[in-house]
Amino acid sequence: MTGALRTAVRPVRMAWRRLTSMRTALILLFLLAVAAVPGSILPQRPLNPTKTSSYIASHGGWGTFLDRIGLFDVFGSVWFAAIYLLLFVSLIGCLIPRIRLHARAMVRKPLPAPRNLNRLPENGRVEVADSAEAYAAIARRTLGRRWRVTRREEPGGTITLSAEKGYSRETGNLIFHIALLSALVLIAVGKLYSYQGSIIVNQGDGFCNTVAQYDSWNPGRFASEGKVSPAPFCIDKLTKFTATYTDTGEASKFAADVTYRPNVHAKEKKTTITVNHPLRLEGDRVYLINHGFAPQVTIRMPDGSIVHDTQSFVPTDATTFLSEGAFKEPGRTGAKQDVGISGIFAPTPENTPSGIASTSPQVKNPVLAIFVYVGDLNQDGLPQSVYSLDTSKMTKIGAVNLSIGQSKKFANGVSVTFDGWVPWASLQVSHDPTQGFLLIAAVAMVVGLLGSLGVRRRRVWLRITPAVDAPDRSPTVVSVGGLARSDSGNFSTEFTALLKRLREASVPTRESVAAGRE
Amino acid sequence: MAGINGSMAHLSDSLFTTAIAVYAVAMVGYTAEYAFGRKGRIAATVPVSARELVGAGGPPSTLDAPPAADPPRSAADRIGRWSFAITVFGALIHASSIVVRATAVDAVPWSNMYEFASVAGLVGVIAFIALLWRLPAIRHLGGVILLPVILLMFLAGTVFYSKAQPLVPALQSYWLAIHVTLVSIAEGALMTSAVLTGLFLVKQRYDRISVEPGFKPGSLAALASRLPDGNVLDKAAYRIVAFAFPLYTVAIICGAIWAEAAWGRYWGWDPKETWAFIVWVIYACYLHARATAGMKGRWAAWVNLAGFGAIIFNFVIVNMVISGLHSYAGLN
Repeated sequence: MTGALRTAVRPVRMAWRRLTSMRTALILLFLLAVAAVPGSILPQRPLNPTKTSSYIASHGGWGTFLDRIGLFDVFGSVWFAAIYLLLFVSLIGCLIPRIRLHARAMVRKPLPAPRNLNRLPENGRVEVADSAEAYAAIARRTLGRRWRVTRREEPGGTITLSAEKGYSRETGNLIFHIALLSALVLIAVGKLYSYQGSIIVNQGDGFCNTVAQYDSWNPGRFASEGKVSPAPFCIDKLTKFTATYTDTGEASKFAADVTYRPNVHAKEKKTTITVNHPLRLEGDRVYLINHGFAPQVTIRMPDGSIVHDTQSFVPTDATTFLSEGAFKEPGRTGAKQDVGISGIFAPTPENTPSGIASTSPQVKNPVLAIFVYVGDLNQDGLPQSVYSLDTSKMTKIGAVNLSIGQSKKFANGVSVTFDGWVPWASLQVSHDPTQGFLLIAAVAMVVGLLGSLGVRRRRVWLRITPAVDAPDRSPTVVSVGGLARSDSGNFSTEFTALLKRLREASVPTRESVAAGRE
Repeated sequence: MAGINGSMAHLSDSLFTTAIAVYAVAMVGYTAEYAFGRKGRIAATVPVSARELVGAGGPPSTLDAPPAADPPRSAADRIGRWSFAITVFGALIHASSIVVRATAVDAVPWSNMYEFASVAGLVGVIAFIALLWRLPAIRHLGGVILLPVILLMFLAGTVFYSKAQPLVPALQSYWLAIHVTLVSIAEGALMTSAVLTGLFLVKQRYDRISVEPGFKPGSLAALASRLPDGNVLDKAAYRIVAFAFPLYTVAIICGAIWAEAAWGRYWGWDPKETWAFIVWVIYACYLHARATAGMKGRWAAWVNLAGFGAIIFNFVIVNMVISGLHSYAGLN
């Protein structure tokens, strides 16, 4: 029975031993590095979904194949997870016995001196005038507190000192790896409970921290809609957004002045959110991510009614902030009298053969170029982007470039006036309950690493032999041996220095002056 | 943010060019020492005790350096010493170019590829100077170490160059000074480690094949025969990584803290972050390989070189080809 059990268990034990070996860990570590490479070279869906789908579309079967094996979401793919989970298990399997061994080494006394210290890689000999007993005490003092020293006696009055230092190398190494494991666990837990929402807010508007209000919403698995709030806070109003530019036209500062309430019952407060300085609330952070322009228009509808509208446009050029967007004004249901305007906003306009362009992100006599359509906006169909128009059921009735204050009449009694613009700010709300703990783990990793790479393990033995046959004040012979247990570095130099200190610590005999390292 | 001081920026550019020229002179010097210095080299590697005997018997020297215990110097040795002095001089000019640029932009001057390459090059030179202090026997190899630095600086001055500009809002943070300084120190040091590792591999191969029958020495063999012991090179390369790896770790952590404040998350697999991760993992591999029996030596050395390859990729390709949030190359 036990034999059968042993036969069954053996392959498992073998597999476990292989998995936890250093060689396997090394291969897994290397695989992890290699596996991360496509994540930086191919577009990644979580970072840039539009770029990813256009890449897949333009690469046909190859793109679909890459998609199927998860290369467009490398860091969320099964095989990437498989590598780091195996590494995780391998690391745990390697750490547990090491923790046990190290704990034992910490309580154990340094090993007894080997019989022949001359055979050690570093060795030397000192003759002193003190008695063996007295010199043992002197040597103990000379070694100092960094050495753990055990004194043993051998027959014939010989005293040995076993000294060891550098325990914190292994301690540091273990701390590093344990902190690394904790960091990985914290990252995983953080992913499950975190959420990110982002919203475009026109100057003058505001929002509250509820899922329905966000333009985009990325919750972790357990950060469901109901858990958005520790206390639902509100950014009541984006009072003012300011973009500052240098004389040469480079952006030098973006600032969003807001009023907010940390929770619905709290009193309103004022603050300024800038890049690098988010608003930090209990559990949530509000970031200023982007900005843009929201043109304002007055539209006279075909039925004669007047509509005022402000729509945020999305910058299509990151340098000049030439922006695109649309106004969608539904008329009476079923009348096919909706008005749709697709527009281009040029903050500092320039006319080019291919149409309106912008030369700077700063606003100077801006122009709104519009294409006006009448018909059915087709908003019952598939969800549409707010920045573009579905013109499949509409008729174009004209196009014009408007400066602020200008208006233009079109067919069907439609007219459009460009009233002005307000800035918008894109704000992102992030929640991650574990990141504070993660920082602690990261600091522990560094501390562990410093110990692990900076501290060196050394063993030194002294055998102090009284020379009984000699006349009074006989020299005591001290043989010293040393061993570097890790990162030998320049242990020779260290050992020579130690030997020198050991020699100088006592009353020197005449012979000891001549005696040096063997 | 008052904008840019144009004349200061111009001065900084001139100093930068001068530094390249000075390094080039030093490199020629080291190469001359290497080419003519067989005798001087052997004298330099004779154990200290023997040198003292020679010095004691020799005529009293009138040179200003501590000459009492030294043997009479060969021409090559003198060239080597001069080259070293010229290297230090070049490093001073180089450093002042960076300081002047800092005054011109009124911020730490490492916000684009040119500035970063300049700082990393300086760190490489300083690492070399520090290394010579501990390991004077490799001075005649200064050319091999200065070559990548000069190459990097030449590219910085031509391909990567960008005019002094004020910081964009995303970079206006004290984390710029902390994060980028740490990265450039760590990467500059790792560059030196990679050069030593390359020399180690050359030496090791030489040791292996030079004992085979029918061995014909080529130019690489001439270099290898004058290299210090392979163990010395390997150990020096390791010590540098043992210093740079924790620094690189702290740099990544500082980057994560900054990313949390600037972009709303501490880690987002941005291409730059991904490659920082890859570099970190490869050097972790190196440290582990070096602690594993059977993987020390050649295997570990190749891992070290792979790590440096990843650093180069992260600097050149990720900045210039792959777009990401760290798009501060200043090249568009």
